[in-house]
Amino acid sequence: MSYRVVHYINQFFANIGGEEMAHVAPELREGFVGPGLAFNQAWKGEAEIVATIVCGDSHFAEHEKEAKAQILAWVKEKKPDLFIAGPAFNAGRYGYACANVALAVKEELGIPVLTGMYEENPGADLKDKILIVPTANSAAGMRKAAPVMAKLALKLMKGEKLGASCEDGYMPNGVRVNFFEKERGSKRAVDMLLKKLADKPFTTEYPMPSFDRVAPNPAVKDLSHATVALCTSGGIVPKGNPDHIESSSASHYGEYCIKGVEKLTAETYETAHGGYDPVYANDDPNRVLPVDVMREFEREGRIGKLHDYFYTTVGNGTSVANAKKFAAEYAQKLLQAGVNAVIMTST
Amino acid sequence: MVKEIERAGIPVVHMCTVTPISMTVGANRIVPTIAIPHPLGNPALPAEEEYALRRKLVSRALEALTTEVQDQTIFEL
Repeated sequence: MSYRVVHYINQFFANIGGEEMAHVAPELREGFVGPGLAFNQAWKGEAEIVATIVCGDSHFAEHEKEAKAQILAWVKEKKPDLFIAGPAFNAGRYGYACANVALAVKEELGIPVLTGMYEENPGADLKDKILIVPTANSAAGMRKAAPVMAKLALKLMKGEKLGASCEDGYMPNGVRVNFFEKERGSKRAVDMLLKKLADKPFTTEYPMPSFDRVAPNPAVKDLSHATVALCTSGGIVPKGNPDHIESSSASHYGEYCIKGVEKLTAETYETAHGGYDPVYANDDPNRVLPVDVMREFEREGRIGKLHDYFYTTVGNGTSVANAKKFAAEYAQKLLQAGVNAVIMTST
Repeated sequence: MVKEIERAGIPVVHMCTVTPISMTVGANRIVPTIAIPHPLGNPALPAEEEYALRRKLVSRALEALTTEVQDQTIFEL
């Protein structure tokens, strides 16, 4: 007897339609549909998709609670050994649905779950809670994703112990396992260095976070008519730090009016930053936020205007996610205020 | 943060001392500064000279903002 699998896909992969059909409510079909074929083939009879649940991406996003309840009821009725969703590639709502449905099945029914999607898919935010296999960003990646997902799925159904994320092909989920390396650290480091010097491939033991890229905006044509704003991660705040910006791991940013302020002084401003020696910045905060020089450029007509507000936070152990959120928010304020350029200072 | 400002469509220049970090986070216009605790100043200098130094640095940042770039560019003083 083979293992029983329930598969979740969206309206597109069920061949119902694209965006114009994204509103369709959940539907239960017997057997496999669309991409389920690739899994069935890879399992060679050891496991089989007994039912497929199809739901429109917009429907799920707009009626998450009801859709989830319906899907859970169907999954429960089918008594599968595994619930598999997607893969969703880079489809945002689909990825969100796959991850959230899978999480609900895991938590409420206690059935092993697996999904797959592109690493930047918003659904991948749940990678610490459910197993997600990284895929290419388009459906062209199905051929590569299917065998990895199918193999991992079998392992889950058989109750076998999972290997590390790099061995079994899922996204690192934050689980650390102690083990003994064959070689000691110093030797591994030197080996890696020699490979690097010889331009040979090597695998880091501590990957750095990856950062996306934004293309540069066109240059400012005429500074003499431009409004320029100052922003900083150096923690400059009005004396007394009225909004209590934390000295490390800041949870918010400050927006302060400098209209009519000719320069920052030790009496009126200071730094809230706890990650560098604050003596110099407290003594003369213009060393971090150059209001004095900007005012002079304003008087000389080199710039049209120094923006009336500056935006500030403490960039000390502050998470990338928070920094991103702060700046995304105040960038909109700068836009609305007609700011043409920004000088960001960091300590 | 520079990247989010850039993403919103506003040209931005990053003035910082540790330029490799600025490169890693993806700033496109970068002006290297003096030191981590006083990027736009040097307390060892007399007040007037320190101000002149700051003026030169910020002036360079304004030049960076008026310069077209295709890729990440460091504007040395």
